Amino acid sequence: MRKTLIAIAAAALVAAPALSENISDPEEILTARHGYMLLLANQLAPLGAMAKGEMPYDAATAARAAASLAALASVDTSMLWAPGTEEGAIEDSSALPEILSNTADREARFAELTTASHTLSAAAGTDLEGLKAAMGAVGQACGGCHKQYRKSE
Amino acid sequence: MRRILAALLLLAFAALGLFWFVTRPTPLPADALDGLTPNLANGEQVFWAAGCAACHADAAAKGEAKLVLKGGQRFPSPFGTFVAPNISNDPAAGIGGWSALDLANAMLRGISPRGAHYYPVFPYASYTKASLQDVVDLRAFLATLPADATPSAAHEVGFPFNIRLSLGAWKFLYLDPAWVVTGDLTPEEERGRYLAEALGHCGECHTPRGALGGMERARWLAGGPVPGGKGNFPNITPAKLTWSEPDIVEYLTSGFTPDYDSAGGHMALVVENTAHLPESDRAAIAAYLKRVPPAQ
Ligand code: HEC
Ligand code: HEC
Ligand code: HEC
Repeated sequence: MRKTLIAIAAAALVAAPALSENISDPEEILTARHGYMLLLANQLAPLGAMAKGEMPYDAATAARAAASLAALASVDTSMLWAPGTEEGAIEDSSALPEILSNTADREARFAELTTASHTLSAAAGTDLEGLKAAMGAVGQACGGCHKQYRKSE
Repeated sequence: MRRILAALLLLAFAALGLFWFVTRPTPLPADALDGLTPNLANGEQVFWAAGCAACHADAAAKGEAKLVLKGGQRFPSPFGTFVAPNISNDPAAGIGGWSALDLANAMLRGISPRGAHYYPVFPYASYTKASLQDVVDLRAFLATLPADATPSAAHEVGFPFNIRLSLGAWKFLYLDPAWVVTGDLTPEEERGRYLAEALGHCGECHTPRGALGGMERARWLAGGPVPGGKGNFPNITPAKLTWSEPDIVEYLTSGFTPDYDSAGGHMALVVENTAHLPESDRAAIAAYLKRVPPAQ
């Protein structure tokens, strides 16, 4: 028993640095951040397709996607904006340095996205017209942050 | 010899006179707006379709702050940096004291109430195609917006471009109220053409410019480098823009591209305006874009 415990503890000791190295490696953080943004975009795909008439309106699918968006928007993303992951410091990053330091404004923008997504979620389950009308505010929440904090080519 | 000199001088004066004559500021006739009564609701639509707030409000402004047209945004160009003036309802700092005719002369002719030429960074080369009724309606709507006392800043433009008189020649060359896209258009495509070529001034960014800064009508909306900045304006003729009409409508509504990334750079400001239009108007713009001749 003691032997096993020691072995587990030793394994944990070996594993721990590896784990923290992964989650503090700027490359990994950048990958996660891009993945997070793409996950947001993925939720919008069925909503957009319905708004454009490319896919028949389905209340359940729409509500599910909008609710996922709201959930994602309210997740704590502070670890995704670690120093060393800004544009200029690392390849493939287009996050302006200000988004790492202006924590309050960044969180306010995610809060805005959460609110807009909740509204979309309520509207998306009701009817197509409601869905279309509520997409604008979500677009403004995503685009507003990109306009401020993302380097454009 | 003296005779020849005198003749030459005379000729030079005549040429100068002719130059002054063709390039002089020509305002609209005083009775141009007679009989037009303002429609406030349409004025608000014109305001959003024409994107006045994109340049005259703070670039970061949201919601109500977009209606405070206090100026201050800077526009770098190869000729120097222009600064958007205050056009709020303040009678001294802004245009609170302007008549509808003053606004019509500014937008359609590029002329100030005192008869000076404006720089074409104020997109009157597009607004010149706007209808007088829309200008009258817009004047009424602007009068309902807040006043702000921030004084307008001076442009940072060097010689000779700081001589407004020289703009007469530019206007003579480039101020052309004719439509670019012609032919057999449906009423929807015509509405889209009005929104895109006149009010929405899409060509001011998306059409490449010649050496003197005029839009190259032969390469309408074919994209090109950002003047005085970095990057490119994309080609939005059917040669490059392969999005469906619903894709374009969604982009002009929420800013989402077909990949659900968002419109960036100055286009984000444009979408903040087009988002306020009725869906039928955004659909009209999309229909028009499909009729633009493909250009590389
Ligand atoms: C709080 C600010 C903020 C909000 C809100 C936001 N984004 Fe982003 N987004 C960024 C930044 C900053 C980048 C650039 C990240 C980088 O390159 O490191 C980015 C990048 C992206 C990318 C490109 C990812 C890649 O692989 O390069 C996509 C797609 C994207 N965002 C979609 C969205 C969508 C969709 C929404 C709304 C549902 C959204 N974003 C909301 C800040 C934000
Ligand atoms: C692309 C940016 C841009 C847009 C869009 C724009 N303007 Fe301007 N505007 C300017 C600039 C820059 C000037 C200064 C021109 C000059 O001094 O010659 C100006 C000048 C003016 C003036 C003259 C002000 C004065 O004090 O003499 C008025 C009036 C005006 N704009 C109204 C409008 C209205 C109304 C709209 C929308 C229909 C509009 N502008 C859209 C950039 C813009
Ligand atoms: C102030 C400059 C400006 C004006 C005015 C403007 N655009 Fe744009 N537009 C841009 C820029 C910059 C981009 C690139 C955006 C990006 O990189 O995300 C763009 C992108 C686009 C795109 C997407 C093209 C692509 O392949 O990604 C479309 C469609 C478009 N504009 C249509 C319009 C229409 C229609 C109008 C007139 C109602 C207009 N634009 C007016 C600057 C402008």
